[in-house]
Amino acid sequence: MRRVLRVLAGLIGVLTLAVWLVTGAHTGWTQTRVTVVKLDPVTELEYPETRDQFVAGVEVLGGGLLLALALLGASFLLKPVSTTNRKETKP
Amino acid sequence: MNRTILTLTAATSFAVAVIAEPQSFDFKDPKGVNNAVFVLDAPLEAINGTANGVSGTINYDAAEPASLSGRIVIESKSLSVPNPVMLEHLHGADWLDVKQHPQITFESTRVANVKSSGNKVTADVTGKMTLRGVTKEITTPVSFTYLKDKLAARTNGQMLGDLLVVRAQFSIKRSDFGINPAAPADKVAEEIQLTLSLAGAAPKK
Repeated sequence: MRRVLRVLAGLIGVLTLAVWLVTGAHTGWTQTRVTVVKLDPVTELEYPETRDQFVAGVEVLGGGLLLALALLGASFLLKPVSTTNRKETKP
Repeated sequence: MNRTILTLTAATSFAVAVIAEPQSFDFKDPKGVNNAVFVLDAPLEAINGTANGVSGTINYDAAEPASLSGRIVIESKSLSVPNPVMLEHLHGADWLDVKQHPQITFESTRVANVKSSGNKVTADVTGKMTLRGVTKEITTPVSFTYLKDKLAARTNGQMLGDLLVVRAQFSIKRSDFGINPAAPADKVAEEIQLTLSLAGAAPKK
């Protein structure tokens, strides 16, 4: 069980960090829309063009890493399975 | 003979200029270029957003810019921020209350300090701004660029006419319009900086 929790913690930590980095390492809140500024050639007006795109924010990064840390911490609270006990149960 | 023709041409041009009527520019923009950008720069958090649901008309006479009048409307629900939770709050009852107040309007009442340079005009425009059901008089510097016969370039030749480009930058106070006055100023700035970038079209009939 300890090993399962530690592997899970590692996976969540790495996955969270990867998602945050791949979506742009955004240091603000999570965004579901991204705005790109364009220029209208006739009027020379700048205008924002918005498209739907998920950008993970600091709360996603923080939440994922905290969950990973919590699982890692919980793994230390569990008692390790004794190898001597295991031998005793064998017929 | 040539002098007579020249004189007649000049006189005709002058007469046309004198009797020129203001053109009505429609700011409903199918290209989606017309926009308003708003920024609330608080010490702890900066909120940036845009709005593109712009409509309205401005009556503008290139020969007499001081006579302009008009009304610009922005659909409240077109105001957008990138964060979905923030967007829900923005449209909610404490903030813009878009269900009860679906439009933000500005209606000009007078124009002063008009300065012309080529096809560009700058002026201080005073008008009534209505936001969240509250109407306040504000004065803002506005620049107008009159683009004669440029509508065709914007419509791939499908329409002939003129364009009027309007740019304005000004600030309003959140509390003046009852936009969640209880929100802490260190998280949500009291001052809202607005930038309007608009183009209106006056098709030739």
